[in-house]
Amino acid sequence: MAPAVSIEKLQKRFGLVEAVKDVSLQVEPGEIFGLLGPNGAGKTTTLRCLCTLATPDSGKIEISGISVLDEPKLARQKLGYVAQEVALDKVLTGRELLQLQAAIYHLPRGSVKAQIEQAIDLLGLQEWADQKTGSYSGGLKKRLDLAAGLLHRPDVLVLDEPTVGLDIESRLIVWGFLRQLRDSGTTILVTSHYLEEVDALADRVAIIDRGVVIASGTPSELKDRVGGDRVTLRIREFTPPEEAERAKALLQDLPFVQNVIINSAQGNSLNLVVAAQSEALSAIQQTLKAAGLPTFGISQSRPSLDDVYLAATGQTLMDAEMAASSQRDLKAERKQNMR
Amino acid sequence: MSQTITPSSGNLNGSQAPSPAIAPSATFSLAEFSQETLALTRRLFIQLQRRPSTLVAGIIQPVMWLVLFGALFQNMPQGLFGGSQNYGQFLAAGVIVFTAFSGALNAGLPVMFDREFGFLNRLLVAPLASRFSIVLASAIFIATLSLVQTSVIIAMSAFLGAGLPHLLGLGLVIAIVLVLVLGVTALSLGLAFALPGHIELIAVIFVSSLPLLFASTALAPLTFMPNWLKIVASLNPLSYAIEPIRYIYTHPHWLLGSVIMETPFGAVTLGLSLLILVGFSTIALLSIRPLLRRSFT
Repeated sequence: MAPAVSIEKLQKRFGLVEAVKDVSLQVEPGEIFGLLGPNGAGKTTTLRCLCTLATPDSGKIEISGISVLDEPKLARQKLGYVAQEVALDKVLTGRELLQLQAAIYHLPRGSVKAQIEQAIDLLGLQEWADQKTGSYSGGLKKRLDLAAGLLHRPDVLVLDEPTVGLDIESRLIVWGFLRQLRDSGTTILVTSHYLEEVDALADRVAIIDRGVVIASGTPSELKDRVGGDRVTLRIREFTPPEEAERAKALLQDLPFVQNVIINSAQGNSLNLVVAAQSEALSAIQQTLKAAGLPTFGISQSRPSLDDVYLAATGQTLMDAEMAASSQRDLKAERKQNMR
Repeated sequence: MSQTITPSSGNLNGSQAPSPAIAPSATFSLAEFSQETLALTRRLFIQLQRRPSTLVAGIIQPVMWLVLFGALFQNMPQGLFGGSQNYGQFLAAGVIVFTAFSGALNAGLPVMFDREFGFLNRLLVAPLASRFSIVLASAIFIATLSLVQTSVIIAMSAFLGAGLPHLLGLGLVIAIVLVLVLGVTALSLGLAFALPGHIELIAVIFVSSLPLLFASTALAPLTFMPNWLKIVASLNPLSYAIEPIRYIYTHPHWLLGSVIMETPFGAVTLGLSLLILVGFSTIALLSIRPLLRRSFT
């Protein structure tokens, strides 16, 4: 069976900026695939090429074995695209927007009404369906946009940062909805720069950085590959630097401790990488106690996807985001997005 | 946002069998084309119904033209402008054409805003039978508005003493307006796809509309113009819409072979004028095709 989405060696540049340098990924039918990366990493450009909104400079894109470049119309029928920015016509009601959506996907007139009702029910829009979208809240707009993207029952639903700017409740609603959709057989490709989102939702993940896929696999595979557990230690609520340095020197010598970093942004807390599943916490506390240092707080956790990103790129997602956003050619991108 | 979404399980996509709703087809289907064109047109009319100010302004403006501009030259010597009995009669044709023209010239603006807000992407990711449906929907919409405006102008001109052409003449006036609107709408949409943003589009509309008015026979006949302007006005497609309408207004017994205008390049008959107009619109429509295809279709 052909993969639901297959992208091979995708390249796309805007002017002097290489938005996508080398992206290859395969999304299997019926899974949620997360594309994780900082803003400006090339996620949206990848999706725009997939959804026939941008022409790649090189590379191959297939939807269930159909070449997007050769058969754009067939590909469009199989795809549902929910863009990052919700673009609704504020003068239309939700139902009118769905009617327009149904017509541009050529749904047969006989079943349109039922299908629209179903979409409205699915996303809990009954109360608002006949109000103008201009009066909707951000969460409502996103739900209507989702309903529109799903109306023609696409094989592959493509969502670009579906929960950016949403309140936590709306975010949970969207997550739950995407899981249900996956469980009923729809393939979902979702981009995000939220670690928790990808971690919570995605069956498999590709991490993308500066236009290149740097890691891919299931979230737990990726974490296992980084290895070790993470320990966050606070000696005091706000630890004096010299005390943190002293603790660092002590802890570095413990056999199971692989690395210690002082996080000055978090009141000089200590971030340790320790051997996986080790009984690290009690040993650390005893070592501190013996040296006359208190423990304000200590916790052990498995590595997060941020640690995966950190290990692959040498910087955290947040740092990368700041760096990338200063390098983007926003004008060229805007121009491209306006097609 | 407080209620939860509880889809009755299994009715999401059923078994996810390829939905029969969409027969996979890459070939052009007229049924699909008319379905999407109708829906896009309907959207424009819903917008108009809920925000009618453009239509109201679009009717007040030409009436102002007729009343104020007509009054300005009311005392001009009779016969100065050819066969017209008064300037109001002369002006009617100009106002009809210029009103239709400016409406069509603005047709690109909503499309430009759709582009800027990302709404156009919604249409471009959809399997449209042809992106020409976007153009056709705008053209149908603008043409309907123009017909409403034209009717008001004709009625108002009749009230102001310009008289009324016969039924066949009226039919031809409407046909001329429709052909012009189609061509200019196409050009405007072409600009909406080609220019970077609405600021640039408004600038183009701004610098092109009044010069095209003055360099046409809308306000004064060719015979009244210096030679260089005669040449410009004879190259201006608007003249080829204005002169036939004006001739129909002043000559109840018009024929397709009647000479309606003496351009520096030769005499132009009513029939030739119509032919030139149709040619202009056809070229305009054809010339925007590559723009619609810009990202691949």
